Amino acid sequence: MKTFVYIDHFKGGAQPAAWEALGLAKSFGSAIALVFGSNVDDVIKNAFEYGADEVLLADDSALTDYRAETYASTLTALASSLSPNLILFPTTTRTREFAAMSALDLNSNVITDATAVEVNGSSVVVTRPIYEAKLFEKVTCSSTPQFITIRGRAFPKPEQQAGRSGTITKVEAKTDSLSTVEGYSVAEVGVSLNDAGVIVSGGRGVSNNPSLQAPAGLDDKQAEIWKAHQGFTLIGDLASTLGGAVGASRAAVDAGYIPYSNQVGQTGKVVAPDLYIACGISGAIQHLAGIRSAKMVVAINKDADAPIFKQARFGVVGDLFVIVPALNEAFKRKLGK
Amino acid sequence: MKIIACIKQVPDSEAKVKAEGGTVSWGDAPLVINPFDEYAVEGALQQREAVSGSTVTALCIGPESAKEALKHALAMGADEAILVSDPALNELDTVGAARVLAAAIQKIGGVDMVLFGRQTLDTGSGVTAAQTARVLGWSMLGLVGQIKVDGGNVSVERVIEEGRQSVKANLPTVISVVQSIGEPRYPSFMGIRKASKATIPVWSLSDLGISAPAPSVTRSELLNPPARAMAIEIITGDSPEAIAEILVEKILAEKVL
Repeated sequence: MKTFVYIDHFKGGAQPAAWEALGLAKSFGSAIALVFGSNVDDVIKNAFEYGADEVLLADDSALTDYRAETYASTLTALASSLSPNLILFPTTTRTREFAAMSALDLNSNVITDATAVEVNGSSVVVTRPIYEAKLFEKVTCSSTPQFITIRGRAFPKPEQQAGRSGTITKVEAKTDSLSTVEGYSVAEVGVSLNDAGVIVSGGRGVSNNPSLQAPAGLDDKQAEIWKAHQGFTLIGDLASTLGGAVGASRAAVDAGYIPYSNQVGQTGKVVAPDLYIACGISGAIQHLAGIRSAKMVVAINKDADAPIFKQARFGVVGDLFVIVPALNEAFKRKLGK
Repeated sequence: MKIIACIKQVPDSEAKVKAEGGTVSWGDAPLVINPFDEYAVEGALQQREAVSGSTVTALCIGPESAKEALKHALAMGADEAILVSDPALNELDTVGAARVLAAAIQKIGGVDMVLFGRQTLDTGSGVTAAQTARVLGWSMLGLVGQIKVDGGNVSVERVIEEGRQSVKANLPTVISVVQSIGEPRYPSFMGIRKASKATIPVWSLSDLGISAPAPSVTRSELLNPPARAMAIEIITGDSPEAIAEILVEKILAEKVL
């Protein structure tokens, strides 16, 4: 099995799931890493240390900024001349796009969001979630190369072997583009939900703190949002103690408490943390589907009948506004923070 | 501008979706316009308002019943709707859908902008927009939260993992939108009346002059998620501090962290 692994990065910072893809490739034999861009020395060094046996480098200033057409055409050119059986990618905004375009160029197709990949001889069977993870399907692709993007945290991350290195081979960059990048406004993103080992999430309940009095002069909706922000501050404090990310239910997002980028489940994200703490979330069906891959769910809710308790390992029936700060203090003590 | 909003019909997000006898079942839950595609229709209507003389056409591949999803787009304000429907289209993969949509867009002709939602709630690959752009040979502007058209140019802000990327391209273009494009408007009373009376043309593959694209990705098995034997333990105590203490000990004892 000749396997390529595309190492996705932004300005030289690689996506952690790229190393998980390398680990997966190594389980089938050897792995050839693909690195596109310029000033990517760190990406290459890490690729070798995480197990790449060779790096194919498309080093061109035209690839400094990701653009769909340049990346897709560069990949198409190298895949058609080198004929890999399989190309693995971490699933990101970039790979979902250009892997799909390159697969089309090569009369193949892409399979996204893989949570399991089984190789038997030349047959590759991929498991992926569908219907917001309410179901899973096993699919196969009858064309080669096979393009598979893997879901973050679905496969083990290999050990980094300091000082490991290998051969770098330059490949041609394709530079014809249909768009121009004008610039970036890089957000202050904390830990992303996709990569988070711990997620602390808030629901509609975060605005219901009876002991809070909103500042004078706010109308009812503004007062509700002000209260919700106080609630999400408690949730954020706990998340930061645990080095985790802040999530939210659709109800909290729809109510305007927090941006939709924090939404888990439904039209949001499927997540796979080690620990998911749901605060004031009742547990709508799509939210429960979205957190199904969490290793442990802890639920804090006033309503003992809330469906979220059906999917939780531990539950507290109580007021999140007193439990969450107490939990934060207890974790700080036990973790020595 | 001639603007196309590509939509799909899917089971409602609240549906209890199950695998039954190798097929997907959603009980009596309603089929609705894919929620992400409502943002594509909203984005298209915003561009029609921004550029005078523009029209919005909603385009859908699906069975006859998918006309209901198109009627939702009409009720929101789309000028016309087209359904591509053919018994030979039951086994489309994303590349196949892209080829069919591209053929329909070519048949409509003179199109400046094609909008998609970021993904569908059913099989949800989120790749059909990019593949349609590739078939058409047009630029692909993915995951866009803001669109500004100026003459033959379009400037967008893409929402990516690391923040926002500003990108410029020429028309025609294919754009997938994210929720920051703006909340989809509710259908108006007049819109609903107009939609209920609308005649929606149905195009077959022979109308498009293509044969059914053979899928390269096929499903071999459908699985319900593994059932979790969930032994919930409700933690109680005399005070929030006592509860927190016990809970933290129990979480740490299971060594998930």
